[in-house]
Amino acid sequence: MSKDGANTSRRKFLIGANIVVGSAGVVGLAVPFLSSWNPSARALAAGAPIKVDVSKLEAGEILGPIPAWRDKPIFVIKRSEEMLKKLNSQNARLADPNSERQQQPEYAKNDTRSIKRDVIVLVGLCTHLSCSPKFRPAVQPETFDPEWLGGFYCPCHGSKFDLAGRVYAGVPAPSNMEVPPHFFESDSVVVIGEDEGKV
Amino acid sequence: MRELSAVLLVFASLTVLGAGSVTTIPLQHMNPDFDNKASLQRGARTYMNYCLGCHSLQYQRYERTAKDLSIPKELMLEHLIFDPDTRIGSLIENSMSESSAKEWFGAAPPDLTLYTSLKGTPDYLYTYLKSFYHDPSRPLGVNNLLYENVGMPHALLDLQGLPRKVCKTKLEADGSTQQPCNEDGVVDGRYMLEVDGKGKLSPVEYDQLVYDLTNFLYYVAEPTRDEREKLGFWVLLFLAFFFVPAYLLGREYTKEFH
Amino acid sequence: MMTALRNLMEWIDARLPVTETYEKHMSKYYAPKNLNIWYLFGVLSFVVLVNQLLTGIWLTMSYVPTGESAFASVEYIMRDVDYGWLLRYMHSTGASAFFVVVYLHMFRGLMYGSYQKPRELIWILGMLIYVALMAEGFFGYLLPWGNMSFWGAQVIVSLAGAIPFVGEDLAIWVRGDFNMSGVTLNRFFALHVVLVPLVLLVLVVLHILALHEVGSNNPDGIDVKKHLDEEGRPLDSVPFHPYHTIGHDLSAIVVFLFIFCSVLFFFPDGGGYLIEHPNYEPADPLKTPELIAPVWYYTPFYSMLRAATFPLFGLDAKFWGLVVMAGAIAIPFVLPWLDKSPVRSMRYKGTPSKVFLGLFIIAFFILGYLGTVHPTPFKTLIAQICTGVYFGYFLLMPWYTSVEITKPVPDRVTMG
Repeated sequence: MSKDGANTSRRKFLIGANIVVGSAGVVGLAVPFLSSWNPSARALAAGAPIKVDVSKLEAGEILGPIPAWRDKPIFVIKRSEEMLKKLNSQNARLADPNSERQQQPEYAKNDTRSIKRDVIVLVGLCTHLSCSPKFRPAVQPETFDPEWLGGFYCPCHGSKFDLAGRVYAGVPAPSNMEVPPHFFESDSVVVIGEDEGKV
Repeated sequence: MRELSAVLLVFASLTVLGAGSVTTIPLQHMNPDFDNKASLQRGARTYMNYCLGCHSLQYQRYERTAKDLSIPKELMLEHLIFDPDTRIGSLIENSMSESSAKEWFGAAPPDLTLYTSLKGTPDYLYTYLKSFYHDPSRPLGVNNLLYENVGMPHALLDLQGLPRKVCKTKLEADGSTQQPCNEDGVVDGRYMLEVDGKGKLSPVEYDQLVYDLTNFLYYVAEPTRDEREKLGFWVLLFLAFFFVPAYLLGREYTKEFH
Repeated sequence: MMTALRNLMEWIDARLPVTETYEKHMSKYYAPKNLNIWYLFGVLSFVVLVNQLLTGIWLTMSYVPTGESAFASVEYIMRDVDYGWLLRYMHSTGASAFFVVVYLHMFRGLMYGSYQKPRELIWILGMLIYVALMAEGFFGYLLPWGNMSFWGAQVIVSLAGAIPFVGEDLAIWVRGDFNMSGVTLNRFFALHVVLVPLVLLVLVVLHILALHEVGSNNPDGIDVKKHLDEEGRPLDSVPFHPYHTIGHDLSAIVVFLFIFCSVLFFFPDGGGYLIEHPNYEPADPLKTPELIAPVWYYTPFYSMLRAATFPLFGLDAKFWGLVVMAGAIAIPFVLPWLDKSPVRSMRYKGTPSKVFLGLFIIAFFILGYLGTVHPTPFKTLIAQICTGVYFGYFLLMPWYTSVEITKPVPDRVTMG
């Protein structure tokens, strides 16, 4: 089995060509295997925007958790005038009172974290380890906070959020609760899961 | 000539002897065409209006259908989805309960997502929809040449009109004598169906409607068919290309010992 | 850089014989240089095995093994999962491809006497692989929970009922229910994705280890180890890698994939032979498909099962059908001891051997066809004759291989 010089270079070229074409084949073959891990059409359908009628929601009430957008529990809360008045009275105790962190769309980056002052839409998951916080609207001393002004309390690890979903300082949760993309289709119907004008 | 064009369905060869025997008629051929989006869209519209009430497409989603058939989502939601609570990503289901369906028709209407695959050919459905005829002895007043003692009503009755079974002494419709079919009234073993002319559609239009509907259901049975064949072409092309360096390199080695 | 790599290899080799194993089974495994096209199907079956394992694992990620959801989950894979249709068709087409290459591989063995001494164990391990593969295919076929899945499995499980005294109880035990149900589906799923694949993998490793111990046979059926060079290497052999792997196998794999993909992309249901039409509706215990036929790769044995139509010794035909089928699968195991010929390859065997092998293949094809159609008295008679030929090939082998006149075998391999 002798090898002559002319053949060696030809062989090297052919080996290179096979490696290139073969690698392309392997990459192509990997595509279906990797793509199949993407969210399926079913997951995307479950993640589709939903419409919620908020007209029957009384001030101080919560709608939810609605198992809706991307299968996450969604909270829709209509805050009373009284709640709104007290909302920014304890800002010093909050970790991020001005919503500097990207936990909300631009149109919800304000002192109520909402489009309309009263109605707020939140993803009902604690930003610590994704437990669902409890709605505790009453202004009364609680075991976890003697100066409680109403908000959300996470029973898993004791994180606290105010009625705008803003996290208190000194709790495990690092950031404010997420505001999902949403817009008001009409006065009473809010579309959750989509920014306005995007279809 | 009008009468000639009113003759819809011919060609039922004959095995009707004795109760319970099976009638087999030759299937009429149709060529599905995925590229004819207009046909698929019309088929989808017919399905949603005339079929979905009883037959779900429970494995297929509206959104995919809209995308594959180039129907804008808004139009789909507006014109083809009748239940306001149904979302674009939903499966194409209906609200008929299985028990009431059984009560009405004797058997629950089957889901039709995979129907053309189940039959192995779209020709069956195409022929079936053109084979309903007037039969007062049946509870619903209609029977089907392809599926004798069918339990399903003629859902497209107001479009097609009511076809009647007639016997022809000759296959050609020119001037041959007609007579109503009775038990043993089949003269040369061929049936023809003639519509009563009360349908909203002409026979040609009705044929087109049935073609579109079948085309749509053939798509629904395997929505990835088109993607599969297109990808297959490229895969085969790649493999054919790969063969060249693979073979040449192989020969480099085998010629050493051959 | 290269030194570092070499040092790393040395470090590993001192602890794990990687280089040694590679040399033993690849670069210094000497295989005869006259191997022809029939010797490709071993490698190809390995390619299909890898395909089945990978796509199978990926399918379990979306498949739901319950009576309520199995059928819908397959349609979910076909429609909702990105490229799910491709993974599923790769798996379903791969199942048939597996049997195609394994049957051709086995035929090669029959033709060139690859089962003869000293390769009896390779043959037996191969037969065990074949039986495991049949079991794997059978369990897997139930999983889509279509109506043909249901009734096909129903018929085969009911076979157990033919065993005298314990049969009925055995069938119930296998099903875990009085009829095929979600319970059966669940256990078949476990067997299909865990137990049988494990057994298959172990058997494949043993099959290859046994082969590499004694060395490959060749179309001349001669012992290449009789002529060695001064370093003890067989003169008529070349290293498996790269001379066989690159020299033959690479382009063969490409050609095979071309054929495989042609079916996969353009005829995935194979006109009803690869995915049968009744399987497009969910399992229905009240509705038997008009024709229950197993998938094509079982039909020869199914025909033999049906060919037993008369009672014997006070036992009914159903029992004998089972015996015939089990016998047909069992008898090739003892093939190495049935062949009394002094030569291995069909090239040097006498005419009787060639005639019997030819008849055997024809009978196997006819039986395969008959298993896909409704039986008629005439067809049953043909099936009975072919069953006779099938068994005759094996049972008469000690006779015809010992009386026939063989041709002289050359000393060195001939290049075809």
